[in-house]
This record gives sequence, structure tokens and C-alpha cells, in this order.
Amino acid sequence: MTINEIQDEIIEEFEVFDDWMDKYQLLIDMGNSLEPLDEQYKTPQFLIEGCQSRVWVHADFVGGNVILQAESDTVIVKGIVTLLLRVLSGRTPQEILDTDLYFIERIGLKEHLSPTRSNGLVSMIKQIRNYALAFKLTAQ
Amino acid sequence: MVYLDNGATTQKPRRVVERIENGYYECNANIHRGVHFLSQRATDAHEAARERVRRFINAGSASEVIFTRGTTESINLVAFSFGEAFCHEGDEIVVSVMEHHSNIVPWQMLCERKNMKLKVIPMNDSGELLLEDYKALLTPKVRLVSIAHVSNVLGTVNPVGDMIKLAHEAGIRVLVDGAQSAPHIRVDVRALDADFFAFSGHKVYGPTGIGVLYGKAELLNQLPPYQGGGEMIDQVHFEKTTYNVLPYKFEAGTPDFIGSTALSEALDFVDEIGLERIETYENSLLEYATQEMLKIQGMKIIGTAADKSAVLSFLLGDIHPFDVGTLLDHLGIAVRTGHHCAQPLVDRLGIDGTVRASFALYNTFEEVDVLVAGLKRIKNMF
Repeated sequence: MTINEIQDEIIEEFEVFDDWMDKYQLLIDMGNSLEPLDEQYKTPQFLIEGCQSRVWVHADFVGGNVILQAESDTVIVKGIVTLLLRVLSGRTPQEILDTDLYFIERIGLKEHLSPTRSNGLVSMIKQIRNYALAFKLTAQ
Repeated sequence: MVYLDNGATTQKPRRVVERIENGYYECNANIHRGVHFLSQRATDAHEAARERVRRFINAGSASEVIFTRGTTESINLVAFSFGEAFCHEGDEIVVSVMEHHSNIVPWQMLCERKNMKLKVIPMNDSGELLLEDYKALLTPKVRLVSIAHVSNVLGTVNPVGDMIKLAHEAGIRVLVDGAQSAPHIRVDVRALDADFFAFSGHKVYGPTGIGVLYGKAELLNQLPPYQGGGEMIDQVHFEKTTYNVLPYKFEAGTPDFIGSTALSEALDFVDEIGLERIETYENSLLEYATQEMLKIQGMKIIGTAADKSAVLSFLLGDIHPFDVGTLLDHLGIAVRTGHHCAQPLVDRLGIDGTVRASFALYNTFEEVDVLVAGLKRIKNMF
């Protein structure tokens, strides 16, 4: 599947629900089933400190693709992290750099990505793009 | 919507908003300088507001009431001017572990500037300051104690009257941060014998951007100005400038005369209802909320001091405060989550933050029920 096909799939999964709390229930369930990040990566080096919550992101470059792992201390942010990994992990650096993450706005979670929200998600996306850029430059 | 974030700011009565509007339409001219009618009218309104604040906190004289932008600026003013007048290398400032960052950082800056030390009054697990430890901190090195009247996270009402007495016996001045007490408790600065008392307009149903610093005249007269500019001067010559008298010495630039008059209106609103009634009502609201919340399994109240004001911090099981706050928001309930600008306190408690419901006089028992029902629903989602 292409990145956009996955984004569209996520949009469909959320469109089923009219009630906000049901959408969040789905997000919470996703967050709860996110595989925990390897403890060795839960260090300040991989930490993105938000005012309200914390996110850890680790990236590997395997066979030309960026493999992402991440975790947060809040379940809702973990849910959003799960979605971001589903869309971006395993892609080439160029794909990551070119992606417009439109699904976030379409499923109504844009508020979580406002720079003033300070939950670490904006910085996390920026960090993933930085990793992608660094891997791209290394590969060249 | 259920608004339970009053510790951050209060909603405004219509009359306060109308007073702002009216100020701009009917009474807008720069004060203390115009020879014309409108300037005189604006000046009179501004000075009447100062007198209104004096009455609200029972200060001895209106000249002891300095208008600032808020509690934070009031504390910064004292940290600078008192620091310049009275503090030297090796001296100490005492704060408590439950202070808001606004009552920590200005003192850290002073300590850095003058090579001084900041000492911290500890508390017990209920959120009550340890007075024996406090007494031990009151050494001859201490120049000033600066403490919150009410904790913005725990709701603890600190025994500031006793604490001031102890400090004065040791010859030490005291600043009381009244940001969280002025809206809820009758404050009498003379009965407390506070040397300085600071509060914010917007937390007392007034507008944002205006606050108050009360200081004893004999003390304020010994302090140098905080900022230089218009209003605060007597005579300006390139050879020498002399400063104005109190309170103008500390009010550089055009004062917020619209804000001051709207604050005056807000204080009328509060006093017409009566702080004693407000306190009684809010306490019953707090008591009811505490009792209902504790019926939720896994509920942990953070801050269980014997004497509390209208603040209720809690943790819902092991659910992160951010998750609770986000979901409450979607249920139309506004609360605050996180460290509440009191990181050292949150560190002391060994937690990442809390969810905080903070009440005002317009909150109802039904709103508490809505909060409790929301929390029960959220709990089942995890």
C-alpha cells in the first residue's frame, strides 16, 4: 500500500464513528496495544519533552527504509503515535519527506498538532523528518 | 460548557466587560497630565479604583496600592527593588516547595544577580508546610520570605498570619502571593501584617493585564524604582532625575486606567456578593466534589490539607492527566492538567502532574455532578 492508501484507510476507520468519545476509544485501544519501546531507547537522547506529555522516538535505517519505534507516557498520544508509525515507518527517507500528513486533520485530531498544544507530537513529526533527511544524506 | 479552570482565570461578569467598553467610549484620556476635562475624569476614575483596591484588602492608604500587570509583575518588582535596597551577597530568600514558578524564578534571578541563596520550606504528604522547618530557616541571613497564601495546585491555605509573625520576630519581611486567595478568602493586609501582598485582576473576575502590589509605605519608600519612564518621575534633567512619590514611583509609563476601573467594578461585584458568602459556598462545593470524586474507584486526591480553598487536584487511577483532560474537554468540561507552573511541587509529590478542577462562585453542584459522571465514563475507557 502507498502512504496515501494507508492514510485513507485510517480515515475510513475513524469515519465509522459519529461520537467523539468513540473516536477516542479507538485511539485509546490503539495506544494500549502499541508495542512498548525498547527500554534502551527510553533515554533523554530519544526523548521529546512536551509541556503535557513526553514522546520517545527511535529510528533505524534498514535496507533503504526508515524503521521507526516510538512511545509516549499518555495513551492518547500513544494512539496518535501508532497511527503515525503505521503511515511512516518502513518508508524511504524521500517518501517521508514528501508526505503530507492529511489524515490527522481528516480524522479530527488536528488540535493535537497545534504548536501551542505542547504534547510533543509536532516535535515528533519534525524529528522523524530530521531522521529521514539525515538518512537520505548518509545514503547519498 | 462546564468551566472548572478558574484557578487559571475567571469568566467575567457582564458589568466588568461593560465597564471596559464604557471606559473606552466615555472616559478615555491619558491620566495625571491633561488639563482637560476628559483627562481629569479618567484620572479620577483611576484613583477611585486605587481606593477601591485599598478597601478590598484593607490597606492603610491608597498610596500603598501599586497597579501592575499582575501577580507575576508584582513579585518581579519586589524581587528587583527590594533586592537592590536590602539584599547582598550571602543573604537568603525563603520560599516554599509549593510555590508557582512566578514566586520562584524572580527570586532565583535575584539570587543569581547578588550571589545569594534560595531556601525552601518543605511540606508533608498532605500538602501542609512544615512550620518547625520554617522556623529553623529564619536565620539572620534571610532578607525576605515569599509564600503563597493558597497553593494553586493543592488548594492548601497556608497559615500566612502565623508565618508572618514568626518572620517578623526574626526581623524578616514577608511577601504574600495572593493570586489564589484574593478571589476566595477575605484578605486584610493589616490584620495579616503582610509587608507585601500581590494579586491578579483576572483571577478576581476582573480584566487581564492588571494586578496589584500592596506594600507598606515605610518599606516602599526605601525601595528604588523598578522601571524608569513617564509617570514615575518628579523632575528630569540630564544632570539628575528625581522620582515621584508613592505609588507613582513604581508606575512607569501610562497606567492601565481602563483595566484599573474594570478591576474596581469586579471588586464591587465580589463585595456585593460578599467574600464570606463566596468562601462558604465554594467550600461546600469543594467538600461535595471531594466526597463524590472519592466514590470513583482509583481516585486519588492530591492535596489533603486540613485547610483548603476552592482547588481540587486529582489523579484518576493511573490514567495520565493529559488523557483525562483531553477527554473531559470533549465532554465539554474545562480543567487544567499538567504541572500547573509548579514543577518543584510536582517533583516533590513524585508524580508527572495532576488534573485540576478549580471552582469559582458561579459554579454549581450540578456541574460537579457532570464532572464526576464524565470521570466515571473516562475511567471505563481505559
